[in-house]
Amino acid sequence: MISKKIDQKLIQLGDLHHFIMRFFKELFMPPYEFKEIINQCYEIGVKSLPLISLTGFITGIVFTNQSRPSLEDFGATAMLPSLIAIAIVRALAPLVTALIAAGKVGSNIGAELGSMKVTEQIDAMEVSGTNPFKFLVVSRVLATTVMIPILSCYTGFVGLMGSFLNVYQHESVSFISFFDQVFETVTFLDIFQAIIKAAFFGFTIGIVGCYQGYNSSKGTEGVGKAANAAVVASMFLIFIEEQLVVMIVQAIRG
Amino acid sequence: MEKQLSHINYQNPVINIVGLRKSFGDLHILRGVDLKLFEGENLVVLGRSGTGKSVLIKIVSGLLSADEGSVNVLGQEVGDLDEKALMSLRLRIGFSFQNSALYDSMTVRENLEFPLVRNKRSLTRTEIDREVHEVLDSVGLLQALNQMPSELSGGQRKRIGIARTLILRPDIMLYDEPTAGLDPITCTEINNLINEVQQIYKTSSIIITHDLTCAKEVGDRIVMLLDGKFERQGRFNDIFDSDDARVKAFYDYNFIA
Ligand SMILES: Nc1ncnc2c1ncn2[C@@H]1O[C@H](COP(=O)(O)OP(=O)(O)OP(=O)(O)O)[C@@H](O)[C@H]1O
Ligand SMILES: [Mg+2]
Repeated sequence: MISKKIDQKLIQLGDLHHFIMRFFKELFMPPYEFKEIINQCYEIGVKSLPLISLTGFITGIVFTNQSRPSLEDFGATAMLPSLIAIAIVRALAPLVTALIAAGKVGSNIGAELGSMKVTEQIDAMEVSGTNPFKFLVVSRVLATTVMIPILSCYTGFVGLMGSFLNVYQHESVSFISFFDQVFETVTFLDIFQAIIKAAFFGFTIGIVGCYQGYNSSKGTEGVGKAANAAVVASMFLIFIEEQLVVMIVQAIRG
Repeated sequence: MEKQLSHINYQNPVINIVGLRKSFGDLHILRGVDLKLFEGENLVVLGRSGTGKSVLIKIVSGLLSADEGSVNVLGQEVGDLDEKALMSLRLRIGFSFQNSALYDSMTVRENLEFPLVRNKRSLTRTEIDREVHEVLDSVGLLQALNQMPSELSGGQRKRIGIARTLILRPDIMLYDEPTAGLDPITCTEINNLINEVQQIYKTSSIIITHDLTCAKEVGDRIVMLLDGKFERQGRFNDIFDSDDARVKAFYDYNFIA
């Protein structure tokens, strides 16, 4: 029973691998679907912006609030902006953005492609001379890969704003000195690794969502399953990638 | 009244299928299918649910691949084509899907433009608008131009689906159950449309159905898919003049139920 389940997961992983290979093969072959890529970037931005703004802001406030007592014990509340900056830039911004996008954008892609598959819209595209993999999958995966880093930068900024408000309230640190301290602490490597990480997260969300949708089973329940599986699988992979990146960056730092 | 057959060119088969076999696992769906579609002909394929009618035309358009046998469409062997050649062959084949398969996220206008804009990139805005107007007019749905597919009835969706395939001026039309799930009056309208398309656009068509009224009205010739093969073919009355229990059951079901 269990071994059968594991077998199935392994087969799925193999399929996903094929799917990713096909993505890279078609990525470099013309025609390029620039218009559709821009469309998708826009969609992703519009869909996730409100939720990301809210979550980013709240994360900043809450995280600052929760960190204060432990720093107070050492009389080190002056370090608050540095601590927050590191946590938000290195980890929180990409992770929060990716998790929200996995729930919002990933499930959306899974459901959309799933219903297109089930109602034969993908077949219809194929017989009318459009490569559906390129038009639907490549454009969406590129869009998430580009947009999640951009959105992460935005989340980071909003989170820092939330944190600043909280610090200002309690320690009356000025805007300038808060951000002075932030930029003194955060290194180029921090920002660089965050953006690369976010790009991997974005790629994961896009490719997993498309894979689940593209391979969804017949019938309307297949669409729901595809959306659900897209979220679960991409969140799982995002956590694994997060751990990997931390290990790699620590190795680089020496 | 039976249809005239003088417009059909029996010297020129546009589709020629020989010994086609297709299985899904242990499910042997097509077991040696032979079929010719002649230029200008409306060929009706009858068969019960699950006999592989949809599978057959999906193989013709290269959406599925054959296990065995030869499928020749417009002089080209479908199984041997590379991706590019298959794409250009597909532009000459119109495929009207069983459930219309309209793109839900696009308006009717965008649905119709989609194949045109993507395959004939040199067209101007005016030319595109004119083509859209023309096909929409020939399916009698000019008023639906700016509607979303979800706002249309089943019959209207079918007609938009047909219009979307006509816009590329195909030589061959494949209709998958064009009248399934529609009321008798709408069925008649669709049947008339299929006959008009045959005359105006000079297409050769395969019409898949289990609706005998449809078969009678549009079919120049009828073939019946029984147990994975075409065992009977001919004009409507010849087909059902048979003692075969399977054929009788099919007829009775349609006219009694
Ligand atoms: N891609 C596929 N994978 C596995 N099995 C399939 C696939 N496509 C079709 N089948 C199976 O092949 C059989 C024939 O399917 P098909 O859709 O051609 O039937 P049909 O004659 O069109 O029936 P209907 O009148 O209900 O549309 C069915 O049993 C179906 O389950
Ligand atoms: Mg069918």
